[in-house]
Amino acid sequence: MGRFAIRRLAGMVAVLFAVSVLVFLIFNVIPNADPAKQLAGRAADPQLIASITEEWGFDDPLPQQYLTMMGNIFSGEVVSYETEENVDERIVEGIPATFSLCIGAAVLWMFFGILFGYLSAVRAGGKLDRALTVVAVTGISIPVFWLAAILLNYLTYQLAIFPSGGYVGLTENPLEWANHLILPWVTLAIVYVGFYSRVLRSNMLDAMDEDYVRTARAKGLSERRVMTRHVLRNSLVPIVTLFGLDFGALLGGAILVEGIFNLNGIGQYAYESLLNLELPPIMAIVLFGAFFVVLFNTLVDIAYAYLDPRVKLGSSAQ
Amino acid sequence: MARKPHGESAAASAGPWRLALRRLRRNRTALAFAALFVLIVVFSLAAPLWANGVADTSPNATHTLEKVEVDGETREVVNPEGRPVGPLWLGAGGKFFLGADGRLGRDEMVRLMYGGRTSLFVGIAAALITTLLGTAFGLLAGYYRGWVDATIARAMDVIWAFPVILLAIALGLSLAVGGLQIGPLHLSGGSIWIPILIIGVVYTPYVARPIRGEVLALREKEFVEAAVSQGAGPLRVMLGELLPNLLSTVIVFFAIGIANSMLLESILSFLGVGVQPPDTSWGTMIGGGFELITSAPLLTVIPGAMLLLTVLAVNVFADGLRDALDPKAKLRLEAHAGIAEPEGTPV
Repeated sequence: MGRFAIRRLAGMVAVLFAVSVLVFLIFNVIPNADPAKQLAGRAADPQLIASITEEWGFDDPLPQQYLTMMGNIFSGEVVSYETEENVDERIVEGIPATFSLCIGAAVLWMFFGILFGYLSAVRAGGKLDRALTVVAVTGISIPVFWLAAILLNYLTYQLAIFPSGGYVGLTENPLEWANHLILPWVTLAIVYVGFYSRVLRSNMLDAMDEDYVRTARAKGLSERRVMTRHVLRNSLVPIVTLFGLDFGALLGGAILVEGIFNLNGIGQYAYESLLNLELPPIMAIVLFGAFFVVLFNTLVDIAYAYLDPRVKLGSSAQ
Repeated sequence: MARKPHGESAAASAGPWRLALRRLRRNRTALAFAALFVLIVVFSLAAPLWANGVADTSPNATHTLEKVEVDGETREVVNPEGRPVGPLWLGAGGKFFLGADGRLGRDEMVRLMYGGRTSLFVGIAAALITTLLGTAFGLLAGYYRGWVDATIARAMDVIWAFPVILLAIALGLSLAVGGLQIGPLHLSGGSIWIPILIIGVVYTPYVARPIRGEVLALREKEFVEAAVSQGAGPLRVMLGELLPNLLSTVIVFFAIGIANSMLLESILSFLGVGVQPPDTSWGTMIGGGFELITSAPLLTVIPGAMLLLTVLAVNVFADGLRDALDPKAKLRLEAHAGIAEPEGTPV
């Protein structure tokens, strides 16, 4: 187990390294995508570009530029191009808002996703199942940013049911914290509720055909007990996998939802940096996001290996 | 195909496709949504007819300072405060059916129809790229295993580790300004093929991984062994034996890919790093409308609702398609569900 975990962690570092190189290359090697040109904007004169190139060291060999950038990110010295503010500090400032948004939304979507999926599977083919399927597929099909914009306009601007924009710290005022986050939570959760309930439903339907379910029934267990203890429990494993990935990805910033609701989290910082064509924050945020994706991916794999002895603990085993 | 040494029973060749079609025909919900999709496609294709025949304008023609006759009353297309005229329906003979789109006073209905063309085209083309790349990589990885598999898996891991939207935005941002040069192929900054390529590539791992899993299982089957013993090379085994057995999965992935690609396109375009002017898509329209959301919310609502309907239609149809093609489907439609499957090879 220990060796397996170490191997996974080493793989994690390798993937992160590759991700950072890739982001760097995206902004540096693709022809015509000169960072100085991007910095200077769409209609820039050559002189401006030349001076920017000089100032920021875009003439240095690429590996050196990469190392400088990475060194700055990890030592906390990286600054944005335009405002020269510290990027790492901005990211740390964004953590409370982003984590509040993600954790709250995750609680919502796990609860309703599992509830809807369970009810759908138990009543498969029935009216409730069909109604929930409509809800789920609609949820999957909604453009999130559009939903966010519509909810913000009608419920906040027009009807003033919810306060407009911004993030209030949990420790400052817990009630306002929740009040400001309700719409973003719901918006973000809707898509995942659709997704998770569909996955759970199909997993449960598969599980119902398994021998252990027949055995459980033969033992004389009540239908409800069979469903919750045997079918649901075994069907939740893939949901946990999915959750690890999705949650990890979200911690990197729910760019659009944060941006539209003006939550001032990491996602919004990414959004602003993108609009201003700022490579350093984008690079740092992508690394930050990728770190969580890879971390949760690894945790899930390790948990999986722990829960399910069939998973080979090393590629060389057996 | 006829002399294919099929390991399965002869009954299976009696026409699984025909059986699937029969099942699909019985699924009224799926058919209704397929009809809706066709309707939306026809609506979009009819754009030039409406633009030339009814609205008498083009998607990018501005009418800022013009006036329209509405039931004998003269109204400004854009009032002095910069507020566009709302939906006139047929009040002006079909002109500004859905109103004007903002300060520029372009015809919203005409733009909606042309935007639909772009959105659908991007969605379908990107899904095609995803499906082709994903199937090819999945086949190679699953068939050769070993280092080929490991290399492809690692490359996919890297794409996977990115938050998809962030990766797509970074690429879009980089390419929207600079364009792209791959060998002799040059795409200028505003080309519609840039978002298509980005979306197509970004979603590839979500297809490649499940396909690889299926190939791993299939290649142990007797019919593959039979083909190999008859001297079939890797290419023939992959294309002649394995691919036909993957087809139902691939088709479903393609359908779902259209839905996902259209959604991602709208996100990129909303942020200004997807479809570039003069092209219009529903995503760019939502982005433009969002700036006026408090005064003219319909400019945001309508293109988004069209997008939602289209994606919903595709998703419901894809669902029916999956049920029809493989009633005992264990397809991992939910793209990343396959990541930690027990037979996977941890690093």
